[in-house]
Amino acid sequence: MEQTFRGSSQYVASPELMSAVNIAVVLQKPLLIKGEPGTGKTLLAQAVAEALGKELIVWNVKSTTKAQDGLYVYDVVQRLYDSQFGEHNVGDIAGYIKYGKLGEAFLAEEQVVLLIDEIDKADLEFPNDLLWELDRMEFYIPEIRQTVKARQRPIVIITSNAEKELPDAFLRRCVFHYIEFPDQKQMEEIVRVHFGDLDRRLVTQALAAFYWLRELRGIEKKPSTSELVDWLRALIAGGVDPAVITQQIPFAGVLLKKDKDLRTLQRNKR
Amino acid sequence: MFASFFYLLRSRGLKISLNEWMVLMEAMEKGLHQSSLTGFYHLCRTVLIKSEADFDRFDQVFLEFFKGVPYEGELPEELLNWLNHPAEDLKRTMEELRDIGFPDETLEELLKMLEERLREQTEEHNGGNYWVGTQGRSPFGNSGWHPNGIRIGGESHNRTAMMVAGERHFRDFRRDNTLDTRQFQMAFRLLRQMSEISDTADRVLDVDGTIRDTCDNAGTLKLRYKKDRKNAVKVLLLMDSGGSMEYYADLCSLLFQAAVKSNHFKELHTYYFHNCIYSRVYTSPQQRPEQSVSTEWLLQNYDESYKVIIVGDAAMNPYELREKQFNWVDGSYGPSGMDWLRLFLRRYPHMIWLNPEPLPSRSDFWSQTHIQLAKIFFMYDLTADGLVQGMKKLMVSR
Repeated sequence: MEQTFRGSSQYVASPELMSAVNIAVVLQKPLLIKGEPGTGKTLLAQAVAEALGKELIVWNVKSTTKAQDGLYVYDVVQRLYDSQFGEHNVGDIAGYIKYGKLGEAFLAEEQVVLLIDEIDKADLEFPNDLLWELDRMEFYIPEIRQTVKARQRPIVIITSNAEKELPDAFLRRCVFHYIEFPDQKQMEEIVRVHFGDLDRRLVTQALAAFYWLRELRGIEKKPSTSELVDWLRALIAGGVDPAVITQQIPFAGVLLKKDKDLRTLQRNKR
Repeated sequence: MFASFFYLLRSRGLKISLNEWMVLMEAMEKGLHQSSLTGFYHLCRTVLIKSEADFDRFDQVFLEFFKGVPYEGELPEELLNWLNHPAEDLKRTMEELRDIGFPDETLEELLKMLEERLREQTEEHNGGNYWVGTQGRSPFGNSGWHPNGIRIGGESHNRTAMMVAGERHFRDFRRDNTLDTRQFQMAFRLLRQMSEISDTADRVLDVDGTIRDTCDNAGTLKLRYKKDRKNAVKVLLLMDSGGSMEYYADLCSLLFQAAVKSNHFKELHTYYFHNCIYSRVYTSPQQRPEQSVSTEWLLQNYDESYKVIIVGDAAMNPYELREKQFNWVDGSYGPSGMDWLRLFLRRYPHMIWLNPEPLPSRSDFWSQTHIQLAKIFFMYDLTADGLVQGMKKLMVSR
């Protein structure tokens, strides 16, 4: 293996995650990442791109996204309009073909990292429509009778929040990793990456409060890493005395986003 | 040897295709397992398993298959290194243990013992019951019972595959466990997905309309779009509350919240009953008479397009189901609970029963009604799997 992923200065990866990334890179299979919200699924692609020194192309999937959007869009309407007013070179269909993110990734001269973010947001059929393209790394444009083939197979990273089941046929073509919620030790490392050297007491107290909160019965939306980072920022800005953090949990609204959860916290405060 | 691992995985219900197996072989050829069992464990899991719900099952199969395999990793050296710099929690554990007053083995003694134990282990690894790391009364490893032991396996790169698999870390993700609100919501979403298959995309170009309008417009382009269609699913939720359902109050409240939160239903109506449906149903779980509507009104006002979900444990005194109900107001006898339920069955073609209690294998006094009702209703367990099956059932006619 000439290229190995070992996390980056901005991203703390567990050994399991690193090995999963390396497996995907060597086997040239898309890597499917699942995990609790806020465990850094999206950031992973950035970190991989950075660590391997590749360009990152992000395809943000929304509920309205179609598989076709990622390949290319043939702007029929523009061509129709142009034909009415005799503008541009209407005869050249290629001029009306606009490549999507997947198309971009295929056409890139250098190998790129392609992130297909939150694939489960899209339609049920979406992953199935991409089977061939991800497998063969090519697609055909009938309008101009051309096949676009990947010059360099991109490293594909796909994230999913498990809002929808992904089809089996699609899963079979991926390698899979589930990012677990970091334990206290890993979390300290993550905090260090974000803040540098913080007051030791502040970190310990904040983490203790954070994990206590996560374990609290009746909390519906557990706070995640990104919320912890925001909270620490608030604690630092507010100049809170570390000694009172576990008792008072100041700025709880940064961690908990639901009225009900905040009430649960009030009830359970020691 | 590996082929039998493949078949073992499959026979334990993990859907692994030959394709994925070939990928695994290819990966092994490329040395991605890093010639260690731990590496192999992670490689297998990454390539073969596609859902965290299956991780636990995979761990079990892995343990089962590789239990007898001698361990030849580099653990001893690493471990000793680690033990030379005991982590904070180790120190604390020692203190706690000393406080409790178990025989005081010093760290040095423990280390020496561990060294001996490890040496012994490489000599007679086929014995099997002397592992560092598996459960047992040896002072080393995790999940053990020796009070003065060293927990090995706190740090991930020191863990052997056996330990990782043995921890059964992913037990919570198993699908057949009872579920949390998120999983509930996911299941409810199925109701939407299924109905969306017939009316997917939101705004699409209406080609026929565009051609017609453009012609009408003397050849100047005029675009027409089709409107998006909405989810037409209407849900009627009937929940048992009070009595034996108290045990499941949390679970039912989760289900209720999930149903309310998945606000994609066109309509959602909730009513409550106690044990069985009789002439009145209630609008609040407290079941006060002033907050009730008559069941007949319900049947008249919600037509058969509603999808009905009954939630209840179906456990009651058999007479509550079978006997005619005495009406205290006018001294007459009304239909029995069974009669009312039959009315519902006749009225609603899409109807399921979710039961927080699994179907009992043998009938006893309180569960005989459960078995009886399970025969006439489509009854599903109130678990992630059960709910998904139920939602699928609701999408098709009986």
